[in-house]
Amino acid sequence: MQGVMGDRHLRQLGLHRYAPAAKALGRRLQLLRRADESAEWRRGHRIVNNAVMHVVVCVKQIPDPAAPASLEPGTHTLDRSGKLIMDDSDSYGVEMALQLAGGVEGSEVTLVSMAPGGETSGLRTALAMGAGRAILVSDEALAGSDALSTAKVLAAAIRRAAPDLVIAATESTDGYTGTLPVQLAELLGIPSVTFAKRVSTDGTKVEVERQTEAGYDDVECPLPAVVTVTAGVVEPRYPSFKGIMAAKSKPIDVLSLADLGIDASAVGAEGARQEIVDVADAEQRGAGEIVVDEGDGAQRIVAFLEQLKVI
Amino acid sequence: MKRIWVLAEVTGQGPTALTLELLTEARSLATTVEAVAWGADTASVAGTLGDYGASRVYDVGDLAGALPGPLVAAAMAGLIGAGEGPEAVLFPASYDGRDVAGRLSARLDRPVLTNVTGLAEHDGGLLTEHPVFGGTQIVRARFTGEGPGIYVVRAKSFSAEPAGGSPAEVVAAPPGDVGPTGAARIVRRHVEEATGPKLDEAPIVVSGGRGLGAQEHYALIEELARLLHGAPGASRAIVDAGWVPYSHQVGQTGKTVKPTVYVACGISGATQHLVGMKGSKHIVAINKDREAPIFSVADLGIVGDVHRVLPALVEALQKRS
Repeated sequence: MQGVMGDRHLRQLGLHRYAPAAKALGRRLQLLRRADESAEWRRGHRIVNNAVMHVVVCVKQIPDPAAPASLEPGTHTLDRSGKLIMDDSDSYGVEMALQLAGGVEGSEVTLVSMAPGGETSGLRTALAMGAGRAILVSDEALAGSDALSTAKVLAAAIRRAAPDLVIAATESTDGYTGTLPVQLAELLGIPSVTFAKRVSTDGTKVEVERQTEAGYDDVECPLPAVVTVTAGVVEPRYPSFKGIMAAKSKPIDVLSLADLGIDASAVGAEGARQEIVDVADAEQRGAGEIVVDEGDGAQRIVAFLEQLKVI
Repeated sequence: MKRIWVLAEVTGQGPTALTLELLTEARSLATTVEAVAWGADTASVAGTLGDYGASRVYDVGDLAGALPGPLVAAAMAGLIGAGEGPEAVLFPASYDGRDVAGRLSARLDRPVLTNVTGLAEHDGGLLTEHPVFGGTQIVRARFTGEGPGIYVVRAKSFSAEPAGGSPAEVVAAPPGDVGPTGAARIVRRHVEEATGPKLDEAPIVVSGGRGLGAQEHYALIEELARLLHGAPGASRAIVDAGWVPYSHQVGQTGKTVKPTVYVACGISGATQHLVGMKGSKHIVAINKDREAPIFSVADLGIVGDVHRVLPALVEALQKRS
């Protein structure tokens, strides 16, 4: 277990409201318990950088994946009317940015996000982790945007921030199209390195270990660049109470499409050039045999495998 | 449909399995199938590409260590701009495939449909299938507007079958200057020696999840996989926790597997995971929570403690070998 108790378990117990506090406590207990291995692991993965850097992290605010999801009946788009939270996949990028910029005078971490209704709760989580400020693009006309339109909007916002490095997750947990960061890089006219499992930088270039089918590649890339990180690359910190308090007063610039000079008809549902035709139930698997282990579980599996002639 | 392109990924062993799957499917959808490939010796795979249906392969050439995304997309955009383009481009859902698709999308100002698991002709265009909500529902989608459709297709959505075609004609398609976008360079490749079959090709996959409780218990998964001549896999939860590398991940954001037998140990069966293994022929699940969604897809479900069942299973199989 990464923490003492997972979010899902807290939710089952109805205790998820106390998750931040429980996490902070759990984190402390975990640190004590796994002091040796865990601390050593993190030290080994700690990023050392002494250059002044401005890092932008793309953060997606999504419906809670633990809550039942549904599609809007008319448009077949994901129902985003509930409370949004920071996509867990983005916590790795936020942590990496904080480590890359950490402790260097003048370095900064800016979050960039697009969400309906001026939603900021997910951004507050990342600000509580330690990011300095956020840019949120929120505009009614953005509802129903495809990934390319979203990339255009984020690109416009990121151009304003003029960062040295843009970090994003390899894909989001809800939409998982996984193409946005590369579309973004192409729109910004900069290189990209996807599926990074380790990143280091000297302020002028990034050195990345990039996941491949056969292992990994060492990739060098001059800045500015877009880097996408896989989960587990760093261990995201949990916001401290001090961080949570501080996040409340950190600046979030809320921008509209007009602020960014983007034509509303080119994005959102109006500008989308793909459509969902219908939604159908998938073929169901036949019901299996579910038995409670009475000490014979292993034997049952052996018998099953024998019957399939795989052993 | 008149013409479909397939992005062909080539390794030391030739075109990847997914490339051949895409060529096979493209063949059934279009009159003309053409491949786009890069590398030092594309001519050497022209025979295989032709055998699976490509009449022509556009060769972007040796990229001298550059990541393929921007360069291959530029070459494709160049051909499309010159009027040589197809109605649809099929990309493998792989590390490089997604890079090229994303770059091409931005260049052409055309969106992408990803996680495609099915394709059908419809009204002169293509209708795509995408599994959602743990694969319990299928969304069907299509492109509107002008320009080629860009599709990123998941592995094992189609089966690969040769058609006995003659070797593809190799046509040079240099990328031209892509400016700073092409500046990322591979300086060294690391091949991690894997023993046993590859995760996405193994006839048996044994996966572990958070229910294992601790990283060291993953050794049991590896041992069981070894005993069954299969490959060890993992849920996203334990990959995120840093217990095992991302390359082991089965699921929506990881690999799609369709083995003869899939053994899920201590995996609850989140949507994320189910999408990647639901197509397995037979599924065995061990989980202590009777309500875990994994049991909804299991042929044999053991409601029990993975820490008891797994060691007993390993021991029983060790005795047999």
